[in-house]
Amino acid sequence: MIDSSHHKASLLEVDGLSIDYGLKGISSRAIDGVSFALRAGEAVGLVGESGSGKTTTAMAIAGLLSPNARVSSGEVRYRGNRLPIDDDAAMRPHRWTETSVVFQGAMNALNPVHRIVKQIAEPCMLKLGMSRGEATGRARELLELVGIPADRGAAYPHELSGGMRQRVMIAMALACRPSIVIGDEPTTALDVITQAQILKLLGELRSQLNLALILITHDLSVVAECCDRVMIMYAGRIVEDGAVSEIFAKPKHPYTRLLIDAIPNPANGKKMIRPIPGDPPNLLTRPSGCVFHPRCPSAIGICATEVPSLEKCGQGRVACHLHRSSQQDRVSVHA
Amino acid sequence: MSRRIGSILIRAIITLLMVAVLNFVLFRVIPGDPAALLLGGARTSVSAEQIEVQRQNWGLDRPLFPDQVLDYLSSTLRGDFGYSFKFRGRHVADLIVERLPATIVLVGLAQFIAIICGVMLGLYAGWRRGGAGDNIATGASLALYSTPAFWLGMILVVIFSTALGWVPGYGAHSPGAIAGSLDWLLDYLRHLALPVTAVALGLVGQYVVVARAAMSDVVTEDYMVTARAKGLTGGQMLMRHAFRNAMLPVVTLITLNLGYVVAGAITVEAVFAWPGIGGLTVEALNARDYPVLQGIFLLLGASIVVANLAADLAYGLLDPRVRQ
Repeated sequence: MIDSSHHKASLLEVDGLSIDYGLKGISSRAIDGVSFALRAGEAVGLVGESGSGKTTTAMAIAGLLSPNARVSSGEVRYRGNRLPIDDDAAMRPHRWTETSVVFQGAMNALNPVHRIVKQIAEPCMLKLGMSRGEATGRARELLELVGIPADRGAAYPHELSGGMRQRVMIAMALACRPSIVIGDEPTTALDVITQAQILKLLGELRSQLNLALILITHDLSVVAECCDRVMIMYAGRIVEDGAVSEIFAKPKHPYTRLLIDAIPNPANGKKMIRPIPGDPPNLLTRPSGCVFHPRCPSAIGICATEVPSLEKCGQGRVACHLHRSSQQDRVSVHA
Repeated sequence: MSRRIGSILIRAIITLLMVAVLNFVLFRVIPGDPAALLLGGARTSVSAEQIEVQRQNWGLDRPLFPDQVLDYLSSTLRGDFGYSFKFRGRHVADLIVERLPATIVLVGLAQFIAIICGVMLGLYAGWRRGGAGDNIATGASLALYSTPAFWLGMILVVIFSTALGWVPGYGAHSPGAIAGSLDWLLDYLRHLALPVTAVALGLVGQYVVVARAAMSDVVTEDYMVTARAKGLTGGQMLMRHAFRNAMLPVVTLITLNLGYVVAGAITVEAVFAWPGIGGLTVEALNARDYPVLQGIFLLLGASIVVANLAADLAYGLLDPRVRQ
């Protein structure tokens, strides 16, 4: 499924990954055959509405699946080695040293009863075997790196603003020098100005430290600001994957196009939000064929019966019958 | 920080004063004239003049406010709580001080045992929520929580004292024991066993329930996900991140409950004829010994206020968010 020419350069490969959540005997599929590769230093946005599987995908990579999640097929490879993502204890050495997560620090992701310097130093002591003094020194360096004076390390989380807390969260994520940082809606609870500062900081740190960045968001403008590449997810599947510039200029999948159309842009005189008709799919009774077809304005007969596979299309990939290579001629008519 | 402590202290002092005034009012609205009561009431023939002389001696002929209440407050501040009706001529303060150690030993020990067992069990149950251990601990503690301690005491007496004869079920000492000897101490501990068990069983359920609720809230917090993402083991997550947060409500409960240590366990002390404050309360109630009751109420009120003060201060030490 993955382009073999990427194999050697890939830091991370997700291959046909399907994950189900079971609850009281009922199981629902959160992600369905997700495949992609991530190169070192690359910034990828993972975009989709709630329940699209973006968080499950990211948590699988970080080894943070919840106990009721079951990997029903596929695998995740890190530097060519298969990760035991369904084994909590076996994933422990991987966490934070290889893949760390920037949670919504503005909320409650920091422990309210510990000083921030201690929380940043903790993984350095536990995972890197540093002494308390070394770890504190490293924590102070990290604070300076994210633009917080090291002396503020003595503060408790509630004494900091939302933006500062998010910076602390970023400093913490860098503590063990990971190669992949996952941003789980890292700017969601922040005002636009702080949001821009945090995104700028993440971008700077990424190039400075050659980090691969996976940014989970439902906000396309965040992706436009700091990602090279974007993957659009819908109902547990990747529907489109491509360079940010290309996708914004020429979206191929009807869902992507509707998402971009939904962004209000006062500069173009587009002041109203244009919503996507219909409801997000129920994951327990997923539609046949293409999961988006009930809401798709360009659906054709085959969409209701056959699942479109994610295929190479131009520089990126798209899962849509309108863009299948055998139907290239029809595409021009419809798109 | 110091401003916060200052305001807590001032509040505590105001509360104490209000407790004292309320205590004064409470015993003045009870029907019956203390002078007549002390001199024998209707049963003996005491002349109205004699009662009037007694009333003047005690200042009862003067107005309640401000004379009597100020008198009461000033003598209370000097540690003078008046004389007992029942134990003629004895100071209330002396009676209370005499009975206090037995109660502090009984309830203090029971609290200690209940806190250690209850908190550990509750934290464990909350950490492993939904497991077999949780179900057993929660079920048992709810049953104990809803059972009156004096009833537990009676059952304990029936089983371990009457039927099995392992330990005595009455009083604090066997007759003829020589105070201070090792035998005396062992005898005391044997007498202590059942009442301590009854009080501890009555208290333990509360700690289990509160500690479990606190811990099960903590395990769903975002910072626990962060701790897991950092690659911490279950034990590290529990000790470094969950424990202190879960202890916040538990410590409040513990400090508040310490206020009741001096009040004693009235019903349990009555069941076991334990010579503590609880027993004294029952004796004073039966004899309508108002000065003693007034003294006990004041002591209880004051210890609750002090316990609240301690809870406020302890919470500030544990939780940086309330320190400002």
